[in-house]
Amino acid sequence: MTQYRDNPGSIEALVRGGQVHRDVYIDQDLFDLEMERLWHSAWIYVGHESQVPLAGDYYTAEIARRPLLMTRAQDGAVRVFYNRCAHRGAKLVSATSGNCGGILRCPYHGWTYRLDGTLRTMPLKEGYANTGFAESPAALGLSAVPAVALHRGFVFVRLNREGPDLAAYFGESLSSIDNMADRSPVGRLEVVGGTLRYMHHCNWKMFIENLNDTMHPMVAHESSAGTARDLWKDQPPDAPKPMVIEQFVPFVSNYDFFDKMGVKIYENGHSYTGVNFSIHSKYSSVPEYEAQMTAAYGAERAHAILAEVRHNTVYYPSLTVKGAIQTIRVVRPIAVDRTLIESFTLRLVGAPESLLERTVMYNRLINAPTSVVGHDDMHCYQAIQEGLASEGNEWVNLHRNYSSQDEARAIAGTHNGTSEVSVRGQFRAWLAAMTADAAVR
Amino acid sequence: MGVSAQDRELIEFVYAEARLIDEKRLEEWYELFADDACYWVPLTRGQQNGRTENSLFFDDKLLLKLRIARLKNPHAYSQAQPSWCQHILQAPAIEDRGSITGVAVLRTAFLYVESQRDHQELYAGVVWHHLKRIGERLMIGLKKVELLNCDAALPSLQLFP
Repeated sequence: MTQYRDNPGSIEALVRGGQVHRDVYIDQDLFDLEMERLWHSAWIYVGHESQVPLAGDYYTAEIARRPLLMTRAQDGAVRVFYNRCAHRGAKLVSATSGNCGGILRCPYHGWTYRLDGTLRTMPLKEGYANTGFAESPAALGLSAVPAVALHRGFVFVRLNREGPDLAAYFGESLSSIDNMADRSPVGRLEVVGGTLRYMHHCNWKMFIENLNDTMHPMVAHESSAGTARDLWKDQPPDAPKPMVIEQFVPFVSNYDFFDKMGVKIYENGHSYTGVNFSIHSKYSSVPEYEAQMTAAYGAERAHAILAEVRHNTVYYPSLTVKGAIQTIRVVRPIAVDRTLIESFTLRLVGAPESLLERTVMYNRLINAPTSVVGHDDMHCYQAIQEGLASEGNEWVNLHRNYSSQDEARAIAGTHNGTSEVSVRGQFRAWLAAMTADAAVR
Repeated sequence: MGVSAQDRELIEFVYAEARLIDEKRLEEWYELFADDACYWVPLTRGQQNGRTENSLFFDDKLLLKLRIARLKNPHAYSQAQPSWCQHILQAPAIEDRGSITGVAVLRTAFLYVESQRDHQELYAGVVWHHLKRIGERLMIGLKKVELLNCDAALPSLQLFP
């Protein structure tokens, strides 16, 4: 019945050269197909292992409209199951996080499971003798998701059985996660301080496309970052900057700054801005921390770690990472025009508390539902969602620095920072997943 | 038994403070805050430390000033259609008159409505005012707003609960 489901040609026609058709943002069937295809074939971020430090700890998330349950088992392994009782299908765990003790118990009929997902017991077990129960899927206990992999404590799942492994899917883009973790003198990160949860009334792609969009800050954030700049303009150049000023003002750097920053493109839709420098480059140094890093890694390696100040790294389609300031934003599509963005604060284990304070402030200033930067971004996403209902022009334009490299599908590598190549790269990955042979899916 | 003049001043301060926000007299509102004041809306219940844990607001006067100035900026696009708000306050309770500490503490349950064209959000919570006297004036040292749904997925919250 639907225009797109059984018609790969119609999906291919949505992405052409430097343009995409508006339906990719507003069509309900395409959203359903995205959840089934792209969000099942990609490696999707679930959570960080520091959110389940002890045996029996759990953390729940909904990914591609599937309820998932991440647990820490007795053997220390992190496991991810579908959050569904094997019996009648009730969600096994309702809270976002907690500790279940040694067993998971269904609130409906009291079936219990071990932390490895195996069925432990159910009331009046003898009622199942000689019923064929032993051959049913229920006897196997909880269903594990097909593929789980960790990288530096970041837990990802792939909901399709087949597909590339995590390292192949993300490739060298994993260097951004590595850099963030390496910024801890002991190489470890810990999620702390609560989750900022900001409901966006827009398609999920508008958010993720914006993360490597460097042509909007000087426009959309003029009222916030520009005000910060104006409030500080009469101060002498050597006056110590409050963190609010230090963090806001670089958002209204000029076009030349953002262009020279550079954007690096990887396969499968991943990318990062801030190849050469970024809005985080000029944060005040913390001598105590730098000494710790030098002691831990040696001067040369410590310098290399801290000199890498990437802006946003997009792990398409579900995770964005800001290694230089240790925050991550997680994309949870809810409907074609509704997306939950959850932002997490990561503590550099072993580093001075002042770095955590910096991270917490940045997360609040930029990613909270009370953020004056976020308000204007959100306004623009919603304006797109509403504007795309227009007649007359059905195409969203992505021509900035479109080139023969795009035609040759050879865009991996570094580009000028204001190019829209990152979005074109995302749509290349999108199209591949959306039109992949059903046998591959 | 009547309310003492001192108590009345504290209670009236809380009502007047909310009214200044609702009437968007934000420069006047700003002047109620002591130089070292903090406007804090925690993200989690029982949150201890706004510096090392995430908050919705944990503003010093500089950040408050920035927010207020931005709202008047013609490029504040999210306010092209302005938001308006209304505080509905329960009677403020004086928890501590501050006779020893010099800081009076008031607890006020509230409803807060924020509206923008066709969208209206209802929040509820408890606000704690820590008030101190600077010269003759009563000023805010801390305004801490504990939202009932602080951990919910929120839309843009653009004014000041």
